[in-house]
Amino acid sequence: MFKFDKLVFGDAGWGDEFLIATLMTLLVSILSMGLGLFLAIITVWAKIIQNRITRFIANFYTTVVRGVPELLVIYLIFFGGNAVVMSIAKVFGYNKYIELNALTIATIAIAVISATYSSEVLRASYLAISRGQIEAARALGMNKFSIFFKVISPQVIRHALPGIGNVWQITLKDTSLISVTGLVEIMRQSRISSNVEHSPLTFLITAAILYLCLTTISGRVFKTLEVNYSKGFST
Amino acid sequence: MIEFLNSIQNSLIYKNFFLVLSGLDNTILLLLISLPLGFVLALLFALGRVSKIKLLSRTIASYIFVIRGTPLLVQIYLIYFGLGSVKFIRESFLWYALKEPFWCGVIALTINTVAYGAEILRGGIQSIEKSQVESGLSLGFGKFLLLRKVILPIAIRKVLPSYGNELILMVKATSLVSLTTYMEMTGIARKIMAKTFAPVEAFIAAGILYLFLNFLMVQFVKYLEWKYNPHLRLNN
Repeated sequence: MFKFDKLVFGDAGWGDEFLIATLMTLLVSILSMGLGLFLAIITVWAKIIQNRITRFIANFYTTVVRGVPELLVIYLIFFGGNAVVMSIAKVFGYNKYIELNALTIATIAIAVISATYSSEVLRASYLAISRGQIEAARALGMNKFSIFFKVISPQVIRHALPGIGNVWQITLKDTSLISVTGLVEIMRQSRISSNVEHSPLTFLITAAILYLCLTTISGRVFKTLEVNYSKGFST
Repeated sequence: MIEFLNSIQNSLIYKNFFLVLSGLDNTILLLLISLPLGFVLALLFALGRVSKIKLLSRTIASYIFVIRGTPLLVQIYLIYFGLGSVKFIRESFLWYALKEPFWCGVIALTINTVAYGAEILRGGIQSIEKSQVESGLSLGFGKFLLLRKVILPIAIRKVLPSYGNELILMVKATSLVSLTTYMEMTGIARKIMAKTFAPVEAFIAAGILYLFLNFLMVQFVKYLEWKYNPHLRLNN
């Protein structure tokens, strides 16, 4: 039933493969979280400037992506992404066949999903900053950039950290869906190993434990960050 | 005009829409069993979590920790592929349920939603003011009556928005059951894509149906919030 002896490192077992797969999961999560935060900032910006068109586009994006299963979004980007990239390349006069590699597609797909959650968190924490502070900064003659970097961002980070921690956990768990695209991360590795060894229970439990470790450790990291960032901040 | 209508009827999205629609009942069937069952179990688990029996509370806490720390896909695979590979389960009565991808999906979704739901409901129960419990006790309410008349109505009313969120996450989670060969909407969309090589059309059709399903869910939760928060209504 269990073949945990197959988890040794080296040629006799799957230990090193699982280590690489875990690093791949972490890599995809970190990259897509970063890209997702970047997309989220743009989305929030589109929502808070007084422009009906950008706000509509941003609302449409968050509503649709949050209302559709993650798996569908991943399939759509995985199977439709190449066509989109090629048609964009065609505009610039490049007619050859382009194929994005699995990591790029995985990162983009998870980032598109994660950005919708991050944008809600960031928007809420932006709205938590009192208008008076921005007005005060303007009265001091600060320009838009220094207001953004010196007044808004430090406070947004402080307010948003708990929410961003939640989004990180969701993103980390969503990377398991990437296995359907063939990128070898924890989930895919456990399927490959269990097909070879005919022992799905062993390798699926391994995968579950690895995910549990990742979520627990990163949860601790976010707790520490929260404590760090809320120094001198009385609620 | 007629030409235009014909072109719509011959378009892939239109054809796929009805193909995917035939999987809607399978998706709804999954939800109809796992959501009510999940809610009842989540309520019991939440009560166990706040109970004073240390062992019960700790056990439920670790269950919630494990389920919330692992992706749903791992749980579905563990139940479908993992349990199916164990010999004594294959020979026991459990196999009647576990050989069907549908029941595996129902079990996995229920296990998942119970963990999240219990945590949400625990928050609701713990946020009830002590004075309300005390006034119930001073009126001579027994434990069960207190639970039924004071604690649960207030707790459930408070957590309705976050439980609604969980319900929408569950609607989205049903798509993962398609990976165990169960033919619900995502499964059919994937089959269409494999047949026609038109991924965008197939998945957009499915996406529209999921959006519609979630829209209905949001309206349902809004109705519940309206119904159980009469004191918050602006005009009666």
